[in-house]
Amino acid sequence: MSTKHYFDPEDLKKFGNIAAWQKPMADKFFSWYAEVFKAGALTEREKALIALAVAHTVQCPYCIDAYTTDCLGKGADEEQMMEAVHVAAAIRAGSSLVFSTQMMNHAETQTF
Amino acid sequence: MSIHQRGKSLASRNSALSDTFFQLEVLNGKAVSDVRIPQFSETIKQAGFTSGVLKPTRIEIFQVNVGKLCNQTCAHCHVDAGPDRKAENMNRATFEKCLDILRRYDIPTVDITGGAPEMNPNFRWFVEECRALGKHVMDRCNLTIIMSNPKYRDLPQFFAEHQIEVVSSLPHYNARRTDSQRGDGVFGDSIKAIRLLNAIGYGQEGSDLKLNLVYNPTGTFLPGNQAALEHEFKTQLKRQHDVVFNNLYAITNMPISRFLDYLLESGQYESYMQGLLDAYNPSAVAGVMCRNTISVSWEGYLYDCDFNQMLDLKVAGSYVHVDDFDLDALENRNIVLNQHCYGCTAGAGSSCGGQVA
Repeated sequence: MSTKHYFDPEDLKKFGNIAAWQKPMADKFFSWYAEVFKAGALTEREKALIALAVAHTVQCPYCIDAYTTDCLGKGADEEQMMEAVHVAAAIRAGSSLVFSTQMMNHAETQTF
Repeated sequence: MSIHQRGKSLASRNSALSDTFFQLEVLNGKAVSDVRIPQFSETIKQAGFTSGVLKPTRIEIFQVNVGKLCNQTCAHCHVDAGPDRKAENMNRATFEKCLDILRRYDIPTVDITGGAPEMNPNFRWFVEECRALGKHVMDRCNLTIIMSNPKYRDLPQFFAEHQIEVVSSLPHYNARRTDSQRGDGVFGDSIKAIRLLNAIGYGQEGSDLKLNLVYNPTGTFLPGNQAALEHEFKTQLKRQHDVVFNNLYAITNMPISRFLDYLLESGQYESYMQGLLDAYNPSAVAGVMCRNTISVSWEGYLYDCDFNQMLDLKVAGSYVHVDDFDLDALENRNIVLNQHCYGCTAGAGSSCGGQVA
């Protein structure tokens, strides 16, 4: 079925269908995924906030919807969620800026 | 600070949903929405209730909803309570009948709810009478009532004097989250009220005076892990406001009354019901509160729970009023089930005492 847009919120509900084409790998993935998000050294809320931040970094609209709801359900508030996104944004910005040291190094070799 | 109400009751708005029959039509896919989810009574057959019938265990909690009058108009209220609901309040004669029942039967706990139950003029007298009978008394206090008027300012002392367990809604440790559900100014007044309760020993470690908070989602999501939420609430409320409490009860928003109205208005009814169904947990069925509770309305009618009360689904059988209360008959009744019951079996389950599974 072709569509005129790339992202449809309804598709998130079909995530489990990926097993239809490769069940053993999908089963392993979903089992591992469930284990990852259980409370451990980090709480479920902390893991949900990390997931929300990463969702913004990979710019996955499905993940953003899913982990916004998940963060709210696990008791995170707006400030915590926005701070998590700022952490993601800061790393993205920093990861560009830190390369400027290469620019500066190279410029050093190119100039008097 | 006075509270800025979130809206008006369905009753004062003459909403179609103020008709409980209409709510049941919606829940069963016969009005507004054509979404059909499996009948709850069919679903529980796989949870060991093979006949689709749920029976009480033993009635241990006598929950009295003393009326719909409240100083708040919360967005999600299943009672459709508010300042305008002045007519629907239990009178002295009905309270007397409740006391007769409590005298006659060994039902250890009286759970008083509303509305804001303290606004009923018979509240303090009823509490004193229940305590004189040796009952454990719980008051579902919305906290802000204590700050709303000087005549309620001594409620913490009254609660302490009578060793009342205080159970209070505080949906979030964040002011914006709380006020978005309960009205602007509610969070600030709630914290002031908790300080007064803390000051006389409520919620303090080693104290017999119990202050338990109720968390329910401030939106269309389901509650997370109760223990994790309790830990977070304790940490944040202590750090930010230097207040303490005993336990946190996580309760799921029930798709009835004003929350049902919100779901329909926001176009999220279908997805919420599907979410409840997807989160259905068979192991939560055995612990639902209707199995050990009887709920009494302001008019004296008997219900399996406060939610059935608000849908006007009276207990099955011929003994449906405090006038003809029969404990044996009630303990052998079939609990009345409907589609909203999925709210109590989602995830870790939900009850007036929080998670059940």
